[in-house]
Amino acid sequence: MTVIEARGLRKAFGATVALDGVDLRVEEGRILGLIGPNGAGKTTALNAILGLTPYQGELRVLGRNPWTERDQLMRDVCFIADVAVLPRWIKVSQALDYVAGVHPRFDRAKAESFLAKTTIRSASKVRELSKGMVAQLHLALVMAIDARVLVLDEPTLGLDILYRKQFYDSLLNDYFDRSRTIVVTTHQVEEIQNVLTDLMFINRGRIVLNCSMEEVESRYVEVTVHPDQVAAARALKPIHERQALGRSILLFDLMTLDKVDRQQLAAFGDVRTPSIADLFVAVMGNQTSAAPGAPR
Amino acid sequence: MNAESNAVPESFDSQPIAPAAIAPTRPFYWSVQRELWENRSIYIAPLAVAAVILFSFLISAIHLPSKMRAALALDPMQQQELIGKPYNFVALSIMATAIIVGVFYSLDALHGERRDRSILFWKSLPVSDLTTVLSKASIPIVILPLLAFAITVATQCIMLLVSTAVLLASGQSVATVWTHLPLFQMSLMLFCHLLGVHGLWYAPFYGWLLLVSGWARRAAFLWAALPLLAIGLVEKIVFNTSHFGALLASRLTGGSEGAPLTGSASMHPMTYLALGRFLSSPGLWIGLAIAAAFLAAAVRLRRYQGPI
Repeated sequence: MTVIEARGLRKAFGATVALDGVDLRVEEGRILGLIGPNGAGKTTALNAILGLTPYQGELRVLGRNPWTERDQLMRDVCFIADVAVLPRWIKVSQALDYVAGVHPRFDRAKAESFLAKTTIRSASKVRELSKGMVAQLHLALVMAIDARVLVLDEPTLGLDILYRKQFYDSLLNDYFDRSRTIVVTTHQVEEIQNVLTDLMFINRGRIVLNCSMEEVESRYVEVTVHPDQVAAARALKPIHERQALGRSILLFDLMTLDKVDRQQLAAFGDVRTPSIADLFVAVMGNQTSAAPGAPR
Repeated sequence: MNAESNAVPESFDSQPIAPAAIAPTRPFYWSVQRELWENRSIYIAPLAVAAVILFSFLISAIHLPSKMRAALALDPMQQQELIGKPYNFVALSIMATAIIVGVFYSLDALHGERRDRSILFWKSLPVSDLTTVLSKASIPIVILPLLAFAITVATQCIMLLVSTAVLLASGQSVATVWTHLPLFQMSLMLFCHLLGVHGLWYAPFYGWLLLVSGWARRAAFLWAALPLLAIGLVEKIVFNTSHFGALLASRLTGGSEGAPLTGSASMHPMTYLALGRFLSSPGLWIGLAIAAAFLAAAVRLRRYQGPI
C-alpha cells in the first residue's frame, strides 16, 4: 500500500526553487532516509507532506491532500520537527493531558511507561529539562500515538551520542512495526545506516538517488585498490575516488558498468558495500561538478 | 489496515475499539485549557487586584461604623451612592485589569507560538487552525469577562459580609447597607455589561489584535496601533475630518448603543429594555461581522505561517 505519493512536486520561495519536480512513492512499512546537503529541499518536502506549506503538483498522504486536510491527516501522521519545538512553559503532565485531550489515538499509559524509564518527572516544565530529555519527552508523546506515518526532521540535532543512539533504538524496538512508515532526515547518516530500508538523496530540489538498501548493496561497490592496479581500476570509470591511508578507494556503480561484476572488481583489491556517508559524498560530488539532473 | 493491525498481538488489539474521532468540542476545550496554562495572568491579574482591594477595604473597615453614622443623616440617594461606591470601584478596577490583560494576551496569542517555534508542535496534532484561533479569541471575548464577573461578585460578597460583621459588632443596624445594595441586581447588570460590552462590543478590537499578532514578525503592538493612527491622519489631512477617530472612540466608550449597559449606576428594571436595544442595534452586529472577518483572516494566516 502506498502511503506517500508525489508527482511533480514543486515549491519556490521567490526566485529560489526549493523543490523542482519531485516524484516520490513511499510504501507502507518502510523506513525512508531523506538525505541531502543543507538547503537541498528536505525540510520543504517534509513540510509539504505534513500540510505545513502549500505546493504545486500532486501530493497524497494516506490518500489525503495534506494542505487542505492537515487536521484530519494529523490523526494518522505524527512528526517531530526538531528537538526544540515543545513549548518551554508546558509541564510534562500538561503535555500528556493536552495530547490525550485532542488526539484520538493517544495512549496515555504507554507514554507514561516510556517516561517512567527516564529521569523526567511529570511536574517538571520543559524549560527545566535538558535538550536530551526534551527529545525523550517528545518521542514518548509521539510513540504513544498509534499513527501510521511518522515524520522526523533532524530529530536528534544537538543531542549527545547516548541520546541519539537511544532515540533510534526506542524507535525501532518499541515503535516500528510493518504497518507503520517512517520518513527521517538527518545529517548523522552513519547512525541511521542500519535503521533504514530505503534511501533517497536529494539535492537542489531534485531527487538524485532513490533506492532500497538492498539495491544499494547490490549496485554499489567500494574497492580498496592495490597500488599497482589503480590505472586498470580507474579505466572502469568509478563514480568516485578518494585516498585513505595511502590507498585509493574507488566507488563503482555496477548499473553503469557493462559486463563487470563483483568478481572482476575483487581482483583489484578488497571489495565491500560503501557506507551511506561515502555514497553520499560520491553522488553529491558528482552533482556539484555535473549539471543538475544529469548525475552519471 | 485494520486486519493487519489486528494481527499484531495485544498492545494494538484495543486500538480498533477506540473511536478514531473525538467530539469536536474536545480539541476546543483543551485548546482553551492550554491558553490558561500558558497565560496564567488571565486569572492571576484580576485575582491580585481583587486581593489588594479587599486588603485595603479590610483596613478601612475600622472607620465603617462612624461612616455609617454620618451616612444616616444624608438623603436616600446620597446614601446609596456612598454605600455603593466601594462596590463599584471593585467592579471598575477588575474590568480595567481584564481589558489590559486581554489586550496583551491578544497581541501575543498568535505571535508567541511562532516566536518559540512551538507552532510546529501544535500543528503536529489534529487540531484545526480554526479551532486554535477560536480558542484564542474566546479568551478575551468570553473567558476574561466571565472571570472578571465571578471575581468581582465574589469580592463584593466578601465586602458585604465584612461590613455586616463590623456593623453588627459595633451594635449598628445593617439594614441601611443591605437595602441600598441590591447585590443581585448589580451582579445581573455587571454580567450584561461584561459580556455585552467587554465581550461582544469590543470583539472587533480583539479580532484586530489577534490578526496583527498572527501577521507581525515583531513589534506586534506597533503594528496594531500604527495603522489606526495612519488612517486617522490620512483622513484628517485629505478630508479634514475625523470620522475614523470618532468611530474608534465611540466603540471604545461603548457608543450610543452600548451606553445603556455602561453606566453601572443604572440598576433599575430599565436594564432589560436597554439589553434588548443593545442586542438589536446594527452597531453591535456590524462590529461582530468585522470581528469575524478579522478572525477568518487570522485562521487563514495561521495556515501559512511557520516559526519566525
